[in-house]
Amino acid sequence: MKLAKVNGTHSALVERTVVTVLEARKVSKQVSSPEGVLTILHDISIAMNRGDSIAVVGASGAGKSTLLAILAGLDTPSSGQVWLDGQEITGLDEDGRAAVRSRSVGFVFQAFHLVQSLTALENVMLPLELTAVLGAKDKARAALVAVGLGARADHYPSQLSGGEQQRVAIARAFVNKPVVLFADEPTGNLDSATGAKIADLLFSLNEAAHTTLVLVTHDRSLAQRCKRLIELDSGCLLSDSRLP
Amino acid sequence: MTTTVIFALKALGRETRAGELKILFAAIVVAVAAITAVAFFTSRVSDAFMQQADEVLAADLRLESGRPLDGNNRYTGQAQRLGLRVAHTVSFSTVLFNGENSQLTNIVGVSDRYPLRGVLRIATDLEGVGVPTTTLPQPGEAWADIRILSQLRVPLGASIHVGSLSVKITRVLAYRPDQGAMFSVLAPTLLLAENDIPNTHLLLEGSRATWTLLYAGAAPEISEFKAWLRNNKSAAERLVVVSESNAQLQKTLESSTRFLQLTSLSTLLLAAIAIALTARRYSQRQMSTIALMKSLGASQWFVLRVTALQLFMTAFAGAAVGIGFGWVAQNALVWLLQDLIPNSMPSARVAIAGLGLAVALITLPGFALPPLLRLRNTPPARVLRQTMEPAPLSNVANYSLPLLAFSGVSYLLVRDWMLIGYALCGLLIVAVVFGLAGALVVRVTAGVRGVAGVAWRYGISNIGRRGGESIVHIAAFGLGFTALLLLSVVRGELLNDWQHSLPSDTPNHFLFNISEIQIKPLNQLLASSRIVLPTYMPWVRARLVAINGVAMQKRPRELTERGRAFVEREQNLSWSLKLPQDNQVTAGEWWNEHSLSFPQVSVATEFKDELGLQLNDVLTFDVAGEIVNAPVTSIRKVRWDGFRPNFFLVFPPGVLDAMTGTFVTSLYVGQEGRKTLSQVARSFPNITVLDVGKIIDQIRVLMERAALAVQYVFVFTVLAGVMVLLSALEGSRDARLYEAAIVRALGASRRTLLTAVAVEFSVIGALAGLLASSAAAVAGWLIATRLLGIAYHFSGTLWIYGAGGGGLVVGLIGLLATRSVVSSPPSMALRDH
Repeated sequence: MKLAKVNGTHSALVERTVVTVLEARKVSKQVSSPEGVLTILHDISIAMNRGDSIAVVGASGAGKSTLLAILAGLDTPSSGQVWLDGQEITGLDEDGRAAVRSRSVGFVFQAFHLVQSLTALENVMLPLELTAVLGAKDKARAALVAVGLGARADHYPSQLSGGEQQRVAIARAFVNKPVVLFADEPTGNLDSATGAKIADLLFSLNEAAHTTLVLVTHDRSLAQRCKRLIELDSGCLLSDSRLP
Repeated sequence: MTTTVIFALKALGRETRAGELKILFAAIVVAVAAITAVAFFTSRVSDAFMQQADEVLAADLRLESGRPLDGNNRYTGQAQRLGLRVAHTVSFSTVLFNGENSQLTNIVGVSDRYPLRGVLRIATDLEGVGVPTTTLPQPGEAWADIRILSQLRVPLGASIHVGSLSVKITRVLAYRPDQGAMFSVLAPTLLLAENDIPNTHLLLEGSRATWTLLYAGAAPEISEFKAWLRNNKSAAERLVVVSESNAQLQKTLESSTRFLQLTSLSTLLLAAIAIALTARRYSQRQMSTIALMKSLGASQWFVLRVTALQLFMTAFAGAAVGIGFGWVAQNALVWLLQDLIPNSMPSARVAIAGLGLAVALITLPGFALPPLLRLRNTPPARVLRQTMEPAPLSNVANYSLPLLAFSGVSYLLVRDWMLIGYALCGLLIVAVVFGLAGALVVRVTAGVRGVAGVAWRYGISNIGRRGGESIVHIAAFGLGFTALLLLSVVRGELLNDWQHSLPSDTPNHFLFNISEIQIKPLNQLLASSRIVLPTYMPWVRARLVAINGVAMQKRPRELTERGRAFVEREQNLSWSLKLPQDNQVTAGEWWNEHSLSFPQVSVATEFKDELGLQLNDVLTFDVAGEIVNAPVTSIRKVRWDGFRPNFFLVFPPGVLDAMTGTFVTSLYVGQEGRKTLSQVARSFPNITVLDVGKIIDQIRVLMERAALAVQYVFVFTVLAGVMVLLSALEGSRDARLYEAAIVRALGASRRTLLTAVAVEFSVIGALAGLLASSAAAVAGWLIATRLLGIAYHFSGTLWIYGAGGGGLVVGLIGLLATRSVVSSPPSMALRDH
């Protein structure tokens, strides 16, 4: 609702409420270290619309992963607010944020983060089981088919190649139809050919599901495929530009 | 909730493939098996005794006396007036012979109606099972305990001599209600008709025997008769009632149960350490999965529920298997202790399974929850940065839960906080000592890494590098090995040392029940065989009735069991002008010819201590109805293991000489003199010849059985030590995999790595064994010098057994547990890392 006031008119309210799914306002993050208080993020304010794809780039230590963690509700800022899918997640406790994540968020990680003791199918079922969704198995199987791994459903992660593991992770990220998909260096652990295929898959699924994609990457060419580019430097927002 | 259960079940199913849950499960199995094996066994023994509790006297009331019961007719008359049933028995020990074979035997002559409570069980052949009977041996017949038949090598149906009487053994006596427990092993029973006893001519006046009157009837009449007897019986007669007899039995059972339960506590402690170590590793490994689940939306509560549920399911499964093993294992205890427990044992109590379950449900959460509770706080952002960890739990949370759990289980078992406190302190001290000693040997070992090839250096360096882990292993195995060595090697050495500490001419036979007129012919017989003539000590029985004029019943002093026995039972009094050999006066003065003008008594330190006596205290004795007052004029320290007849109470000559008594002596008889002893037994049937060597051998067998049973319980402790080793190995598995891969990538063969692992664990085992040998030797030395008063010889064998056995056991287990680490392809380990 606060978003509506920012934008003024009633018609704008309806439109903006629908399209703005993620907003950070004056988000800062400080941590204490042996050298004293360290500022990792400094007054970051950004808003993202539904169907957007945003690349967050910057050098190592620029604060990309911290920003992603805070936007996704995995971590809390020292100050500032974050709204995700219409809810201020910075005002929620950890379980409250977990509930929002289970409804609205999907993740793809650089290290895939599959549970080694689960099959591909069971890994994809995991988010559905956590929210007690009915028909989890069928939905997970369909998601695996969508990423081209229908035949490998009963394989364990150790029996899959890196690219296949990342496909499973993508299927898991999309299976509960998230509003926002966070991807942290999704091709970082893959060779360039496989990486390109994974990127194609990610963007095509994102397009089809009309999901907001927040992509943290070092890879400039991957970043160029997004509609918007945010650059961080030493915890500060250096630029926020629309890409052609 | 359903989601949680389904999720926990699925996750548990998957996680069982991982090592940690298997170790958690195995540790619970070992702890529950150790505790339930002991509990099943002790409950069966206790139930067996309690089932027989009402019949342990073979009556409701017994009156026992060291001489024929004077008031027999008067007592019986009163009992019959009250409508009570009456029976009588007489029992005494003698040695039965068949050719060269002999057996100390408890002869029991019984009247009609015996037993008044319970039944006799007999068998008609040696292998037969005892069946209840209401008949009794007829005159000329005897029923014999199977041990008599096997020791004397006589078949059923044969005749043997009991003194001057020849009786035919017609039945095997399988059970009599008042047989007792221990004594029946040393002196098995031969049951005769009471009327046959005089024909044996074994009981002369003053002979050592017990005459008993048995009474049974309705409770009010028994109660009335008991009160009447208390007022009318003589001081020398002893009244035995079921409740008192059972209370004593109950106390003995409770102490043995507690001892075995305390033994199983050491197993529990080690199993708990294994659980704590494994849970730490498990929680570390689960952290990333939990972070992932939380990033996908799992709540803290969900994580906690899943973890707790998995834990309880593991506890339940472990308990079920552990209880099964415990039940199987208790049968071995029954077999080991068969000579000391009733023949027919009731089945084990089902409720013990509940105890096993409680142990599992308290121990596993108690020791595993602290590291697992931490999981709940895993930051979900760990999915992005693996270095992020939940905040550590406070020390209070970390240590209070395990301490509470261990105390709780200990209380469930022992039910005595003071004892638990002592046990915990003892275990703590042992753990600290072993830990410090372990740290020292680990440090010393690091210095010898360069003495052999690469495998040796790699193995030894591992001990030092994983110093903390090595110390835990050394302490855990050291504890189990110490107990095993103490109970096997050191026990055997102590017994040998004690036997060797006795001079070679130490008497090895006792002769009882010698009448004065037999001394001369007996000496002639001994002299003809060149046996050194012994000193004969006279012996009468009397009861202590008062100290300083205060009757024993009115003395307020709390007495120990032994003290009560001094007061309640008849004492053996002797007299001598000279201070007997093996006696030393520690207070007062021994008498001489000039100081014999008044009755006086010299008491042994044990008697003085138990009754709190002092010099000049006046003791009053009832000697066969005659009252004797005597002040204590000296206190003696007696060396009892000289195997010479010694007495707590010795009088000067002239006080008791007129009383009818018998003489006792002891003598050393070599192999060539044994025939003379058979001749003594045949020429003087009333004299009981006791072969000390044989009795010691029998006691040794009993001790060995009991020690084996305790060792058996300690084997579980070693198994729990194995769990600690496995859990620590699981903890260092990834690091070991990585190191092995690097070393193999550099060209080391599989064999070199296996040798290194063998060296590492054999050395840990050998060090634990060395420490255990040293601890067992110190314990042995303390027992020898403080308790037995003999010198202890430190023998190298103990250390060889300890280090060799420890090295072998731990080396093998280590090798088996890590062979998969050594065998896995280096490429895989390097890639995974």
